[in-house]
Amino acid sequence: MLRYAIPLVLLALLGCLFYAGLSLRKKVDPSYVPSALLGRPMPEFELPTLADASARIGSRDIVGKVALVNVWGTWCVECRHEHAFLLRLAKSGMPVFGLNLKDDRPTAQRWLETLGNPYVTSAFDEDGRVALDWGVTAAPETFLIGRDGTILFKHISPLTGQVWQHDFLPLIRAQCGATEPGCPQLAPLTP
Amino acid sequence: MTRFAALAACLVFASTVHADDLASGFDDPALNQRYWSLIREIRCPLCQNESIADSSAPVAADLRREVRRMLAEGKSDDDIKDFLSSRYSDFVLYRPRVAPETYALWGGPIVLLIVGALVFWRVVRKRASQPLGEDDAS
Repeated sequence: MLRYAIPLVLLALLGCLFYAGLSLRKKVDPSYVPSALLGRPMPEFELPTLADASARIGSRDIVGKVALVNVWGTWCVECRHEHAFLLRLAKSGMPVFGLNLKDDRPTAQRWLETLGNPYVTSAFDEDGRVALDWGVTAAPETFLIGRDGTILFKHISPLTGQVWQHDFLPLIRAQCGATEPGCPQLAPLTP
Repeated sequence: MTRFAALAACLVFASTVHADDLASGFDDPALNQRYWSLIREIRCPLCQNESIADSSAPVAADLRREVRRMLAEGKSDDDIKDFLSSRYSDFVLYRPRVAPETYALWGGPIVLLIVGALVFWRVVRKRASQPLGEDDAS
C-alpha cells in the first residue's frame, strides 16, 4: 500500500508546486520584473529642467509630498497614449514630475506646448544616466513617491484609470489624509 | 502593448545589433575578456531572455556603457553586478548569487543527488541480500 502512496503524495506535492509557480505569481506575467527600488528612498539626482537648461530640478524638490515621477519621451509612442490621462491626473490635483528621457529639447518642448503640460516640472535626462539609477527599462514608467521620499510603487507601461484606481489610489490613501501637508487633495477625475 | 512594442523593437533591430557601441571593447585583452564575459552574463531587463551583449534595446546599450565605464575605472566584477542588481534587481543576473534566498536553488541538486544515492544504496543492499531469481517476486 505504502509503495503506491508515496509516489502519489510526491506527485500531488509537485503538482501543488507547479500550480503555485505557474498561476500564483504576481501579475501572472512571466515578463514581470520586480523593481529593486520599491520601499527604498528614491535615487538622488539633479538635472537641468526641460524648459530651461540653466534651471535645475532634483530629488530634493520632490521630497516632502506625495508625487508621481513619470518617465517619458517624444520618441515613445505609448507615452502619447498615456498623455491624456496624465493631464486629467494633474487637473485632479496630483503633482506629476516628468523625467524626459533621451530626447531632443526643442521637440520635447513643442510636444508639451501642443498636447498640454501635465508636469510640475520635467527633468531633462539627455543620456539616460539618471533613468539608469532609477532602474528604468523603457518609457513610459511611473513611480509613486511617498512623503518621506521612498518609492511606494512603480508602474511600467501607460498609466490608465484602472491602474490608478487599483494600485495608486489605495497607496496614496494609506499614506495620508487629504488635509495633512504634502498630501494631494484629489478631485474626482474628469472624464 | 508595451511588451509587444518591445518585442517588435527587438525584432526590427535584431540585425543591427553590434552596430552601435559593441565594437568599442577594450584594447587590453584581459579587460576585454572580462567585459565580454560580464555582458554575456547580464540579462537585458527589457528584451528578456537576451543578455545585454545580444540585445539591441536602448537600455542594454546603456548598461553596456556603464559596464565599460566601471571596468575602465577599475571596479571589480562583483562591484559591477552589485551596481546593476541594486537598480534592476537580481533579475538581471543570469548566474544567481549564493544567498539565503537561493540556497535551495544551489543546494537542491546536491540534496537530490544525496537522496538518490541513499535510495539507490538501500535498493542495492536489499537486492543483494535476496536469493537469486526472486527479484521480481516481492
